[in-house]
Amino acid sequence: MSSVLLIADHDGKSLNTGIARSVACARQLGTVHVAVFHAPDADAPCAAAARLDGVSRVLSVSNPVNGTPLAAVLAPQIARLAAEHEGGYDYVLAPSTTFGKDVLPRVAALMGVPQVSDLMEVIDARTFKRPIYAGNVITTVKVPEGIPVLATVRIASFQAVGDGEDAPIVAAQAEVELPDHTRYLGLVDTGGSDRPDLQSAPVVVAGGRGVGSEENFQVIFKLADKLGAAVGASRAAVDAGYVPNEMQVGQTGKIIAPDLYFAIGISGAIQHMTGIKDAGCIVAINKDGDAPIFEVADYGLVGDLFTLLPELEKALDGA
Amino acid sequence: MKILVGIKRVIDYNVRVQVNRDGSGVVKEGVKMSINPFDEIAVEEALRMKERGDANEVVVVSIGPEAAQQQLRTALAMGADRAVLYQSDEEVQPLAAARALLAVVEAEDPGLVLLGKQAIDDDSNQVGQMLAALWNRPQATFVSALEFTDGVAKATREVDAGLENIEVELPAVVTVDLRLNEPRFVKMPDIMKAKRKPLEIKPFAELGVEMPVQLETTLHEPPPKRQGGVKVDSVQALVEALKNKGVLS
Ligand SMILES: Cc1cc2nc3c(=O)[nH]c(=O)nc-3n(C[C@H](O)[C@H](O)[C@H](O)COP(=O)(O)OP(=O)(O)OC[C@H]3O[C@@H](n4cnc5c(N)ncnc54)[C@H](O)[C@@H]3O)c2cc1C
Ligand SMILES: Nc1ncnc2c1ncn2[C@@H]1O[C@H](COP(=O)(O)O)[C@@H](O)[C@H]1O
Repeated sequence: MSSVLLIADHDGKSLNTGIARSVACARQLGTVHVAVFHAPDADAPCAAAARLDGVSRVLSVSNPVNGTPLAAVLAPQIARLAAEHEGGYDYVLAPSTTFGKDVLPRVAALMGVPQVSDLMEVIDARTFKRPIYAGNVITTVKVPEGIPVLATVRIASFQAVGDGEDAPIVAAQAEVELPDHTRYLGLVDTGGSDRPDLQSAPVVVAGGRGVGSEENFQVIFKLADKLGAAVGASRAAVDAGYVPNEMQVGQTGKIIAPDLYFAIGISGAIQHMTGIKDAGCIVAINKDGDAPIFEVADYGLVGDLFTLLPELEKALDGA
Repeated sequence: MKILVGIKRVIDYNVRVQVNRDGSGVVKEGVKMSINPFDEIAVEEALRMKERGDANEVVVVSIGPEAAQQQLRTALAMGADRAVLYQSDEEVQPLAAARALLAVVEAEDPGLVLLGKQAIDDDSNQVGQMLAALWNRPQATFVSALEFTDGVAKATREVDAGLENIEVELPAVVTVDLRLNEPRFVKMPDIMKAKRKPLEIKPFAELGVEMPVQLETTLHEPPPKRQGGVKVDSVQALVEALKNKGVLS
């Protein structure tokens, strides 16, 4: 049976929700080992990974320098780990989160092999589908024989696995020389929020340029809170400073797959649509009846968002 | 300091890309080609650094077909000092591009390499990270703000959790995100001036790149089409429809 090394994305406390989705992809390919690189006092993500159905071993790589997610520090360790296991893992995967996108190409270059970005479907052991041109084209790519397969997993394409039997957590070390030319300074506080996580929430309410201002965005937040939803935004809304960058949905933002997505004051540019292709149901509210968003929305409502959203909230109250 | 900027010729982001009839590729005939939008931002950042006195030369390089000269000319018109095209009519995938850029880096010895975070044709998001690995130098990817002091760059990165700051020693590879800057418009006189700026065309083979194993693309297809939906005429109708569908309780 083939062996798969999946690199965990975590913040020292919890595992990124993309890992449970990546496992769903990984277990189609072979026996799954999850590598968690962490600081000695931050091993909680190991237990979280061990619980996931389909994971057969967790490699806990504890090192003070692994407390921050620096690609230059992690990549040499990953490449070493990937090469050592019984003649080398057949697959090395990472979720296509910003962490995975940052680190895995560096690993691929060290190993001298190509990388499949945004793997969305497994056709066979070496053949996969992936989107290009902002999702306007789907390609089928084959990784030639004789080299390990490296891929980032397009997490929106896979359903998260649930919990299974606890897998063993094994301490591992990757003895390599590590650079000190890169220093982590920390996350910038962008205000944060207690709202659900955009990448895993079942309901997302997103606003675009049509919302008009940072103050006006309150109407989006209010609807989201009523629905227990996460909040997203178009690039135009982020560029205009209505909301912080982590809320951007699309080709260069987050690719998400909620059950229900509200696009409010969003025109439906292809770069935005590629981020919500896998949504279960899309609702569009836009005052322009010809906006492209209506071509893909399951339900469209034409009108002024500032009139319709208060009405919608009332209708939900009555419900 | 010299800055090297990598630019790729791609189908313009406004074009609705179509798969060709036999699924062997996409329709490129008569389609508008441009500098990859992220690379335009990289050029702009390099020019601003030069204008601030953080750099003294901006060299733009592309690996691609002969026609990629057009995109290099545009970069020269924006204000880059000189351009080099390594001509290749074969597909150059990210690892090969990274190896090629490493060879250019070894010849040019830049203090900073600025690339786009991703090329919007293949959407790979790999070359910068790969070049940094091969060069054994730092990488700062998805950068939306950049400052320099004494041989160190402080970069603000757009990550899933928000914004993150890192510090890298130079030389380094920085890949740029959309919010780093807004590229300038090219003016007519600059286009004229750019015609006299040096643009070298060299064969790709001159770089002596060992070609890596590349992925084989066996099929291009349009994405599954989402079923177009319906318009509802009131909020009540919407709430009812969502309830009937079971997505709203
Ligand atoms: C390389 C590249 C990458 C990109 N990546 C992304 C990405 O990741 N995500 C992304 O979203 N975009 C991305 N974009 C930008 C994208 O092309 C669009 O510019 C952007 O999505 C537009 O945002 P919008 O729909 O909010 O704004 P607009 O296109 O301006 O649309 C605003 C809409 O609001 C409606 N409206 C206005 N007022 C009201 C009102 N009172 N009530 C109801 N409706 C109203 C208007 O009718 C209009 O349809 C990218 C672009 C490039 C070049
Ligand atoms: N053929 C090329 N020539 C020059 N630069 C390139 C080339 N391909 C990619 N790049 C650079 O690498 C970045 C990332 O590309 P990619 O990894 O292919 O998404 C681009 O934005 C360019 O700056």
